[in-house]
Amino acid sequence: MTMWLAGFAVLLVKMALVLGVALLGAAYLVLVERKLLGRMQLRYGPNRVGPFGLLQPLADGVKMILKEDLVPQGADRFLFMMVPAVLPLTTLLAFAVVPFGTELTIMGQQVPMVITDLDVGVLFVLSLSSVGVYSLALGGWASNSKYSLLGAVRGVGQMISYELPLGLSLVPVIMLAGSMSLVDIVNAQADMPFIVYQPVAYLLFVLSALVEVKRTPFDLAEAENELQAGFHMEYSGMRFALFFLGEYLNMIFLGAFAALLFLGGWHGPVLPPFAWLLIKTAIMPILLIWIRASLPRLRPDQMMRLCWVWLAPLALLNILATGAVMLLKG
Amino acid sequence: MDERKGIAASAVEGTRGILEPFWVTLRQLFRKPITEEYPEFKRTLPERARGRIVLTRSPDGEERCVACQLCSAVCPVSCISMQSAVREDGRRYAEWFRINFGRCIFCGLCEEACPTLAIQLTNDFEMSADAPMQLVHEKDALTVDHGGRHPDYDFYRHAGVAVGREPGSHEDEDAPVNPKSNFP
Repeated sequence: MTMWLAGFAVLLVKMALVLGVALLGAAYLVLVERKLLGRMQLRYGPNRVGPFGLLQPLADGVKMILKEDLVPQGADRFLFMMVPAVLPLTTLLAFAVVPFGTELTIMGQQVPMVITDLDVGVLFVLSLSSVGVYSLALGGWASNSKYSLLGAVRGVGQMISYELPLGLSLVPVIMLAGSMSLVDIVNAQADMPFIVYQPVAYLLFVLSALVEVKRTPFDLAEAENELQAGFHMEYSGMRFALFFLGEYLNMIFLGAFAALLFLGGWHGPVLPPFAWLLIKTAIMPILLIWIRASLPRLRPDQMMRLCWVWLAPLALLNILATGAVMLLKG
Repeated sequence: MDERKGIAASAVEGTRGILEPFWVTLRQLFRKPITEEYPEFKRTLPERARGRIVLTRSPDGEERCVACQLCSAVCPVSCISMQSAVREDGRRYAEWFRINFGRCIFCGLCEEACPTLAIQLTNDFEMSADAPMQLVHEKDALTVDHGGRHPDYDFYRHAGVAVGREPGSHEDEDAPVNPKSNFP
């Protein structure tokens, strides 16, 4: 009984830690993005609140809470109120299967640095990202606005299409690791990160992930010149902030996911495992910001063509090639 | 894809087109921002910058405004209103004068229309307010104790009804003509 209680307490602490780190990371990722974009455009970015603008996320939060929270007259009130929570929720749930390092030994007990080691971790993550599509679809629907609905339809089409190359690009990794558990996948990369064996899969994954988080050059769901802001056009105040938070959490999570699947997770010399995972996780968001600063938006048909004509077949070929090599090597 | 080029050439060109912007943005990252940080750094505005509107005074300290309504008439957004009145010595002045800066577009047409150079735009643009009504400035707030850009100009020395003066006493004005002595 005492053991069970202690285990429960450890679990709660782990969950609180992961939640705090993820939310703080998302808040500061917004600041990092604004700063970085600013410097790329020869301006400073936020530098008013606190030293170097470091308290900007706090000010943003206060502002978001104080802003008026409008619900449009024709909106489906219940859905409209509930939907913004879906995106951050699914992304936060996905963090549950992320292994942050080796097992810690606390008072003679082995404590794994992961909230839960699911046997189907990858599948769990992919299904959660599918649930995340609901926030977009229902957000556009519940607003009862033409532009929101159009944005939602476009966004849903994009996200569902790109789940295919995203999922297929992970298959070779699962084949190499022989497991769907993220812990096992990271352990399988102890000698060599999978990006060395699977550069094509990594490229496919990054591209599909870019579309999954709906960021430039694939942010068609919120193209402001034809759709105002797409599916979240009618949202304001904290509800809008939740969509925003979800997007940035998603960026961080995809960074972590790429790090776990392709870059060797927490494996690395000298530095502690958690620091390595943090560094590898940071690569993806920084890359996404850099891409946002550099590339213009694609047309919907160009984006769909990229998915169905290039990425999906390439992912299938990659699976075939990986299988063939594995078969030949025995 | 361009029909005249081969697939390889198009692929090279396309790849370059995608990768080059990354180099461009990366280069900017290491340059100093060109931002002027406003509250700390205030640059000197051009002399004719159009900011807050004032009502100026002539060199002898009199109000220049004669409430002729020309500025109000020319104002495209109708933000200027006034009531004219006549002083005991017969000179006109504005009983009240009101500019709604919430509507003003700082076009400067009022300044151009003003025959007495009374209404002038200044370089001061820091005039935000908490409430819309605070942007409605009355005559007291608008009137300044100097001549603005034209400190030495006095309308009544050059033109207009010579209030309190003899006819022909204006600068550049000939003495009054006696019509009876002017026969051919």
